[in-house]
Amino acid sequence: MSFLPYAAAVWLFLIGLYGIVTSRHLVHLIVCLTVVQSSTYVLLLAIGYRAGAEAPIFADIPPETPVVDPVVQALTLTDVVVGATVSALLLGLTLQAQKRLGTVNPDEIGVLKG
Amino acid sequence: MTVLQAALLVLVALGGSAVVLVRDPLRQAIVAGIFGLLLALLFFAFQAPDVALSQIVVGSVALPLMIVLTLAKLARLRGSDE
Amino acid sequence: MRTRKVLFLPAAAVFGFLFVWGLSGLPAFGDYRGPYGIVLAQVAVSERHATEVVGATTFDYRGFDTMGEEYILFAAVLGLVILLRQLREEREDEEEQQSDYDQRLEASDTLRVLGIGLVGPLILLGIYVVAHGHVTPGGGFQGGVILAAALMVVYLAGRYLAMKRVRPVPLVELAESGGAAGFVLVGVGGMIAGSAFLYNFLPLGEPGTLLSAGMIPLLNISVGLEVTAAFVLLISEFLDQQFVKGRDET
Repeated sequence: MSFLPYAAAVWLFLIGLYGIVTSRHLVHLIVCLTVVQSSTYVLLLAIGYRAGAEAPIFADIPPETPVVDPVVQALTLTDVVVGATVSALLLGLTLQAQKRLGTVNPDEIGVLKG
Repeated sequence: MTVLQAALLVLVALGGSAVVLVRDPLRQAIVAGIFGLLLALLFFAFQAPDVALSQIVVGSVALPLMIVLTLAKLARLRGSDE
Repeated sequence: MRTRKVLFLPAAAVFGFLFVWGLSGLPAFGDYRGPYGIVLAQVAVSERHATEVVGATTFDYRGFDTMGEEYILFAAVLGLVILLRQLREEREDEEEQQSDYDQRLEASDTLRVLGIGLVGPLILLGIYVVAHGHVTPGGGFQGGVILAAALMVVYLAGRYLAMKRVRPVPLVELAESGGAAGFVLVGVGGMIAGSAFLYNFLPLGEPGTLLSAGMIPLLNISVGLEVTAAFVLLISEFLDQQFVKGRDET
């Protein structure tokens, strides 16, 4: 039972990867990529969790209460925003693909064209 | 591991599967927004309010908006080609 | 496609098995042993007078990483602007944009009223989240996206031309570069004060008040500015794509 968070992270990774491999539309592929990214967020936060602890904000709790790990939260926080920006860049590339190659099906964008 | 955390983990796994198995990109944008909210709830249950705030704002506001705008422009580009 | 699925499933099974095997070597969920987190939680309030340890970690203890990630954002927006501006060698027509828009999508009254009502509170909420980054959950990244969303509500509830007037592109680009440069300048201030880069050299105040934690509020504000401008530019590039007529569409 305590393996459930790690199992959820593995499942999200694999199902996202399945979506990328069998995708027929570039925008569908990009959203599956965000699912793969979210598996890393779940894994990071699961590693930093401490049973029975509070959130690491000392605004209203006494300074000696046990809290969860703030370092992994700092990593995940910026990761989320940067992931969105990378997805935006990929969506721009999709627009270029439609314009230059006339298709957004990854199977038809096969060989590199000069 | 509380019951809430276990339930949310199962829901997140199901939500991720739903996002992948919906093939139409427009419907997938809405499902991705809901998946983002489920993830944010999970992060709250893991005592991480900062990360949850980021996830709500990015995964339910910025990402579906960008997807829908891209799809609109793709439809327009494809319409002008035919 | 069938061969792809047939090849993928065994490979995924092997990979999944190795992944699970690796993760089972970790300590059990909830059993946290790492010393770094425990030390940080104990010293952050007394050393930096910041009640929010995650914010203090992001902007002070690991501020150098945040600078790198801010520049990832900057570079991605730059790349997108270059990519999509190339597409706009096509002709752009101002009146056609508005009449086209009026024909196709007229926002309903509910949407308009809701939008007008929401713009003010969203801007206030965004500024609140940015300013209180070192006291309560929030900070530059989250508040910046909320502020960008406020601008999007202007577009959704009103007209594209109204939104265009509210976000003059040179000003937004200036704001983005200013935010990115501001981070480095505050860090250099630490060097000028006689110590390392990104050293917290400003006076720390009372923990829990708005003017505390030294330079962390300044870094929050510069990151908030940069993230707001970055997302406004991103969405604007996509929206401009919507309304530009291709050369072959006359």
